[in-house]
Amino acid sequence: MNSVILLAGARLQVILLLIFSAYMLLRGHNAPGGGFIGGLIAATGFVVYAIACGTADARKALRFDPGSIAGVGLGIALLAGIAASIFGDALFTGQWLFIGATEDDKGLPLSTVLVFDIGVYLVVLGAILSIAFSLEEAV
Amino acid sequence: MNTTLPPRWITLAGLLPVVIAGSLFVWFAQMMPVIGAGDTLRVVIPWVPSLGVNLSFYIDGLSLTFALLITGIGALVMLYSARYLAGHVHQTRFSLFLTSFMLAMLGLVTSDNLLGLFVFWELTTITSYLLIGFSHSTQKARRSALQALLLTGIGGLALLAGIILIGTTAGTFEMSEINAMPGVLTGSVMYLPILLFVLAGAFNKSAQFPLHFWLPNAMAAPTPVSAYLHSATMVKAGIYLLARVHPSMAGTDVWLWTLTIFGAITMVFASVMALRQTDLKLALAYTTLMALGALTLLLGNESGYTITAAVTFLIVHSLYKASLFLVVGILDAQTGTREANKLFGMARAMPITAFAAGLAALSMAGFPPFLGFIGKELKYAGAIAVASEPVFVAGAVLIASALMVALAGIVSFRPFWSRSGDPIEGVTEAPWPMLAGPLVLAVMGAFFGIFPDTLATVLVNPTVGAIIGDAGDAKELQLWAGVNLPLFLSIATFVLGFAIYRYKLELRAWLIGLTERSPSFDNGWDKLMAGVAAGSKALTRAIQTGVLRHYMLITFGTALVVLAVTLFLRTTGIPQVGWPDVEIWDWIVFLLVLMGTFLTTITYSRITAIAGLGVVGIGMAMIFIIYSAPDVAITQLLVETLVVVLFAAAALKLPGLRENTRGFRVFDAIIGTAFGVVTAIILMKVTAGPIDRELTTFFEQASWPEAFGQNIVNVILVDFRALDTFGEIAVVLIAAISIFALLRAKPVEDKQ
Repeated sequence: MNSVILLAGARLQVILLLIFSAYMLLRGHNAPGGGFIGGLIAATGFVVYAIACGTADARKALRFDPGSIAGVGLGIALLAGIAASIFGDALFTGQWLFIGATEDDKGLPLSTVLVFDIGVYLVVLGAILSIAFSLEEAV
Repeated sequence: MNTTLPPRWITLAGLLPVVIAGSLFVWFAQMMPVIGAGDTLRVVIPWVPSLGVNLSFYIDGLSLTFALLITGIGALVMLYSARYLAGHVHQTRFSLFLTSFMLAMLGLVTSDNLLGLFVFWELTTITSYLLIGFSHSTQKARRSALQALLLTGIGGLALLAGIILIGTTAGTFEMSEINAMPGVLTGSVMYLPILLFVLAGAFNKSAQFPLHFWLPNAMAAPTPVSAYLHSATMVKAGIYLLARVHPSMAGTDVWLWTLTIFGAITMVFASVMALRQTDLKLALAYTTLMALGALTLLLGNESGYTITAAVTFLIVHSLYKASLFLVVGILDAQTGTREANKLFGMARAMPITAFAAGLAALSMAGFPPFLGFIGKELKYAGAIAVASEPVFVAGAVLIASALMVALAGIVSFRPFWSRSGDPIEGVTEAPWPMLAGPLVLAVMGAFFGIFPDTLATVLVNPTVGAIIGDAGDAKELQLWAGVNLPLFLSIATFVLGFAIYRYKLELRAWLIGLTERSPSFDNGWDKLMAGVAAGSKALTRAIQTGVLRHYMLITFGTALVVLAVTLFLRTTGIPQVGWPDVEIWDWIVFLLVLMGTFLTTITYSRITAIAGLGVVGIGMAMIFIIYSAPDVAITQLLVETLVVVLFAAAALKLPGLRENTRGFRVFDAIIGTAFGVVTAIILMKVTAGPIDRELTTFFEQASWPEAFGQNIVNVILVDFRALDTFGEIAVVLIAAISIFALLRAKPVEDKQ
């Protein structure tokens, strides 16, 4: 497609959607959002980019092969699940670390649950882009 | 002709299996004093305790005898193959397969839990498949491997059915516990089905007539494999199973007659067929069948004589048969042929091989003072002890034994000593690693024949005790049992055997003519396989039309019929239809969804249709928003957007919908509407009742204190049900890979 507006807009919106997807991913535990939604948002950004600039450019912008992104995501999710067993809990039990926690403030919560959600995010992003790119290249 | 063997055979791939097998042999051998004293060993590792599945290992005389045969013959065969296959491009692979097989076989004979036994049973089937198909570049090897896999695989399934029935009847899968409960199986109403399933598995594995034909075909494997799997160990797994369940399943008429008849037919049929073969390896394969038949026949009974005969013959046969197979392998490797009518007088060129072959053959023919003689005497004594039909059983044993005498001559006397033809020139003796196996095994046959007591106390008596419950019933092994009926039968065997050997060529010609006129089981198998393939092809063509509309029609049609019929049969009245108390927003969304649906169904443009569906999807998302499910709503919106974008990308290249689809559309509309109505009625009925809020309450209360999250949906996804989510994302990845593969694969033109 040779629309200048779409071309320029697509470049801008891919940045915005990526930032937004990261925001949705991180807030997911307490507000609407999470890995699934974040991954979908990020994927939408790249799908529109691929329509505007072609899949070759989109693949270059993504830097990594979408299939590898999905595979790495699955691996991260698995590691997050296995991590619980190091602490002697059943698999996939959330492990938490509250940095700077006080009596009534939980500080900065870090957890394997978040790592797991990042894995979900990457799988969704990679899987959708893998499908979308090869679909567009096939037709 | 002399095949040049590469000089380097001392390799890790070749010798590591020898070390493994040898160490295991020593390990099992040091258990002999304990087992010989009548004790048993048992180790239990819980595996799936809730289902009663344990990795439990139990060693009694029976297990130990088999374990020693497996590891002892294994070590010699592996030493042999280290030299036999030296320099072969896939030698490492071969060693891996053979060692895996040995470990699986050890697991089979030491497993106490029947489900564990089944797992090892299947592992031997799979490793045997890999070994038979080792020369995978030949079509014959591939076909034989597949045939063995399918046949023994079917037998394995029958065995599994039998095992599950045993487990539910006895309440445990531990064979040692089942055998300690007399009559628990024989007295049960399920006895007959259990027996049929277990026998189907055992007969299949041990190649009893009429399921015998895979075993001669399995000779496509390299000779060490034939020596190891298809004579000494794997085919005896069925015999092991019969012996293992003997305490709890034998003693009935069905058991006695089934085993006697099938064993006798297999024994006589196989020994006659063995005479027909000109390929020495095939002749040996049929004599192995004969031995399996004889063992089955003997295990049909309960008397001390028959069981002692079975155990002794089992050991005798493993020793001489493995030895003879290895000898044939040497002949094949050194002369390049194993045809009976090409090999004459090779003893001068290969004296040590000839010596080993001679010892093994004398044991096979049952000459004194070899262990084979004791085995044969016991077989006759056992046959006479069969209360029901001694004449029939003894007659069958006599015919088979006489043929064994003749075959021993054909397999080992003729190639080495006969002057009927000229020896092949330029043949040298085999290297020592290949000679060690046959020689050691053959000498052991002679040693145990002269000193039978050593074998009796450490192995035979405990094994007999394990099978019939009382080691005191084991009969003594002796070379000279006095002038009695078995001795006369032995003399008759030799006379008859020499007569058959004298007229072997005439007999063989007659047999070849006979078998060529009669239907072959092997061809029947091919026809069966072709029929299955044709049937599945026809079925696939009928149900896989490749037209998306057909699939959708079947999916929704089936769902509609199932739901509607259930609703109609189970209904408790028509739900109350009243004027719903809803807001103006609900009406707007309702109209939006309705319009989207309507647009999709009447348009002839794909893009319009997908846009219409998008409207429906966004309407759904709005319903989620109105009823406060923002997470679901966001997901729904994003998925709808992506679907529309992706489909639009594809739809640009697709042809427009054809105008002449009106007839289809009416039909589809009827199914669609009916499906909608049924779903709506179900929903109304579901929401009419009180809603169980137990789960909701739990998650509401536990989400923040236990999982530190306020968004319940997300907390469920990543914490409470994280394993489910992990499964889901794995499915997402698999779907992506499948679609990727589908899109990248070049469409293959159908040849139809």
